[in-house]
Amino acid sequence: MIGNTKKWIGKVGMIGVIAGQVLVSPTLLAGDADVAEGKKIAFDRKKGNCLACHNISGAPSPGNIAPALIAMKSRYPTKEALTEQIWDATIKNPESSMPPFGKHGILSESDFKKVVEYVWTL
Amino acid sequence: MKQLFRKLTLLVMTCGFIASAQATTPEEDLAAFQNFFKKRFPNVETQDYINGAYSIDPVGRENWEAIEEFPPYEPFIDEGQAMWETPFANGKTYKDCFPDGPALAGKYPHWDKDKGMVMTLPLALNNCRKANGEKPMKYKKGPINSILSYLSYESRGQVTNVVVPSDDPKALQAYEDGKKFYYTRRGQLNFSCAHCHLQNAGMILRTEILSPALGHTTHFPVYRSKWGTVGTLHRRFTGCNKQVRAKPFKAHGEEYRNLEYFLTYMSNGLPLNGPGARK
Repeated sequence: MIGNTKKWIGKVGMIGVIAGQVLVSPTLLAGDADVAEGKKIAFDRKKGNCLACHNISGAPSPGNIAPALIAMKSRYPTKEALTEQIWDATIKNPESSMPPFGKHGILSESDFKKVVEYVWTL
Repeated sequence: MKQLFRKLTLLVMTCGFIASAQATTPEEDLAAFQNFFKKRFPNVETQDYINGAYSIDPVGRENWEAIEEFPPYEPFIDEGQAMWETPFANGKTYKDCFPDGPALAGKYPHWDKDKGMVMTLPLALNNCRKANGEKPMKYKKGPINSILSYLSYESRGQVTNVVVPSDDPKALQAYEDGKKFYYTRRGQLNFSCAHCHLQNAGMILRTEILSPALGHTTHFPVYRSKWGTVGTLHRRFTGCNKQVRAKPFKAHGEEYRNLEYFLTYMSNGLPLNGPGARK
């Protein structure tokens, strides 16, 4: 029964209220985990290394080459627009010095998605 | 559709580059290059760019000036002098190849019309060795740094004056190839030399100030604390290419020779102050 419920919640991917308890769906839990992992990848000097150029609030010794990663949801109308920017910043600005993290495979597909999830929360 | 757009953008950019390359002479490039820095850092004297990042970083400069009181490259100068004076197995010395003496760094790089290529100082030193039956030195690490330290020290104060002779179109081509190299994106990280050292010079990359391109060639070879020893300009080129995750080219091969030709030309008018000391 519990197994079935979990499956059901997993499939629907939404918050379910069962027997007076709030259960958070597995999809949402995975989302939070993605954000946390995305942050690690973003900070990793050998992976995202975002801090080389961008300031992120509270992060140690950021560079100042590129804009601070702040208020992302007001700067990008959709997560897709942000995804495109991180995928290949030269699409919007041919002179951009930002490495094309997706296009050049700098991050694996899974790492790339997690970084997007994290940056979208900033 | 997106791909088509990218292709078009690339085409437009390529055409733009070729057009601009044809439209400017080395003299015009030089003026534009040096004016760029005059506008970017109005308070920095052009001559002071020989001090690299320290020309624009007052805190780093204090540390560096303290280091220069007991220069870490000094033993290399002494070793280099001994190399210069010690005869080869055949009894001859470097002096036989370079009769004007050790203050010769200001003559390099130059266009060698007979060989149809850019002649660099390390290349000329090895040519001398080979002509005298000696093994050539490696171009990035080791003894070459000692003799270069000595020759650079003896050449201090000479003024950078690279010439692109107008009577040989191959010389201009070498210059243009070096220029193209400088402005071409490469490596997985997709940076050109110019992205960091022109467009973003003076900005902070994590904790490091990106050094200005102007003056880059005046102070080599350089004792780099990161290396713990003296290294050549082409070793530094190699390091830069690796940092952007590009495959480095051969030291003193055609690509880096032409790059050195262009980059040194951009510092025309600046005095030589090698060997240097850097973080």
